[in-house]
Amino acid sequence: MTDHTMKAFDTDLQDLARMVAEMGGLAEKQVAESVDALAKRDTALAQRVSTSDANIDALQREIEERAVLTIARRQPMAVDLREIVGALRLANDLERIGDLAKNIAKRVLALNGEFPPPKLIRGVEHMTDLVLQQMKLVLDAYGRRDDSKAMAVWRGDEQIDAVCTSVFRELLTYMMEDPRNITFCIHLMFCAKNIERMGDHATNIAETVHYIIEGHPIVDQRPKGDTTTIAALRTAG
Amino acid sequence: MTVAAITVPTVTHALSQDENLVEKVSVRNLDFFYGDHRALKSISVPLYHGKVTAFIGPSGCGKSTLLRVLNRMYDLYPNQRATGHVTLDNANILSTSQDLNLLRAKVGMVFQKPTPFPMTIFENVAFGIRLYEKMSKSELEDRVRHALERAALWDEVKDKLGANGLSLSGGQQQRLCIARTVAVRPEVILFDEPCSALDPISTAKIEELIDDLKDDYTIAIVTHNMQQAARVSDFTAFMYLGELVEFGETTRIFTTPSDRRTQDYITGRFG
Repeated sequence: MTDHTMKAFDTDLQDLARMVAEMGGLAEKQVAESVDALAKRDTALAQRVSTSDANIDALQREIEERAVLTIARRQPMAVDLREIVGALRLANDLERIGDLAKNIAKRVLALNGEFPPPKLIRGVEHMTDLVLQQMKLVLDAYGRRDDSKAMAVWRGDEQIDAVCTSVFRELLTYMMEDPRNITFCIHLMFCAKNIERMGDHATNIAETVHYIIEGHPIVDQRPKGDTTTIAALRTAG
Repeated sequence: MTVAAITVPTVTHALSQDENLVEKVSVRNLDFFYGDHRALKSISVPLYHGKVTAFIGPSGCGKSTLLRVLNRMYDLYPNQRATGHVTLDNANILSTSQDLNLLRAKVGMVFQKPTPFPMTIFENVAFGIRLYEKMSKSELEDRVRHALERAALWDEVKDKLGANGLSLSGGQQQRLCIARTVAVRPEVILFDEPCSALDPISTAKIEELIDDLKDDYTIAIVTHNMQQAARVSDFTAFMYLGELVEFGETTRIFTTPSDRRTQDYITGRFG
């Protein structure tokens, strides 16, 4: 895209995009480390994740301020306006992802050194890999303004939903097998749900990226694979 | 950015709206020449009744020229000619048999710089009415009052109707000119950069006025201020180098324009 006649406007937009990208990087790190802490029962790491969430929150506030200032000063139109509104939405979704990672870290702290069999955690780790892949892809789609990548992320969420459903089923069986697993499994279920929600936020980001590029929302119905509520009822019943 | 051939403009009509639009003025394949220079190239655009249509584009793109065709202002100058069709209620106004006085009563114009006559406020408004109609003094007073009310000026001048029109502030003078235009009961009002010489408060008053007037008239406005076009208009036409590049609903033009040149212009990436 050609530059603005007013160069400072380009700087404003570039700074916003840079801050969003930085926030995305931080959120990815938080997600990976929170699940790492869970897998290794590493309370020190969990503590670090919990406190560094404040950095993401601070970045979000900075993005909001900069966006409001840019709107006030430049009266953006068309694609520029979508860039700014998009940055605000992205910052929101990334902040929520950060919160969800923090929640996982807090659960690690709450477990306080319980050591259930490692097999219980494999499903959650697998989900995390999928979500991190989605996040990487969607942040890449944002960085390159690549609509086809964004649409791939949008369609890919179905897989995470499906894995989440099967993790729920698996955890239910473990709980029925041995009541001593219940506390840990309940925490894991919440962690799995958190990760599934991160996937939803990645999907939101994909929708925003599409909107920035195309100027209209995605019209299709998104394929959904999350049937955790039903799965829980059926297995339990 | 040079455009060698005339491209077909992206024209979208109000497809998303259910209301029926009445095409009050139709411009079809309009060419305009200043001597040998072709200033307008095959322009086709509608003006809808009860709607404001904004014409935007860089200086020299032909938007003011187009406005000048709509009330045959160009007839005042030699070596200027228009070819094509411009119809007002299905009558071709470019026809040589068109009564120009009648046309200019139907199609009023407000200019960039306020142009009150050097006479009293009352006479400024009454002047035009007297040209077209004979009426009693009290009828005339009613008409003047009504016109000043429509122009949102009455409250400010009702106690000094005998004062010179030139003694008013710039914003008031512009509203006086609008009152003068409204007084002869036009059907179409053309605004050529009506706020470019005004401060923000006067500008806001004129914009409010345009919004208020639009239900009863067909309004066209030429403006360099894109935010103003976005604020006051229902339809926007983007012109460039004498061509109509894109025409459509204002909400769409300023959010998702179809043509790259429109996007570059409204986002400030032009030249």
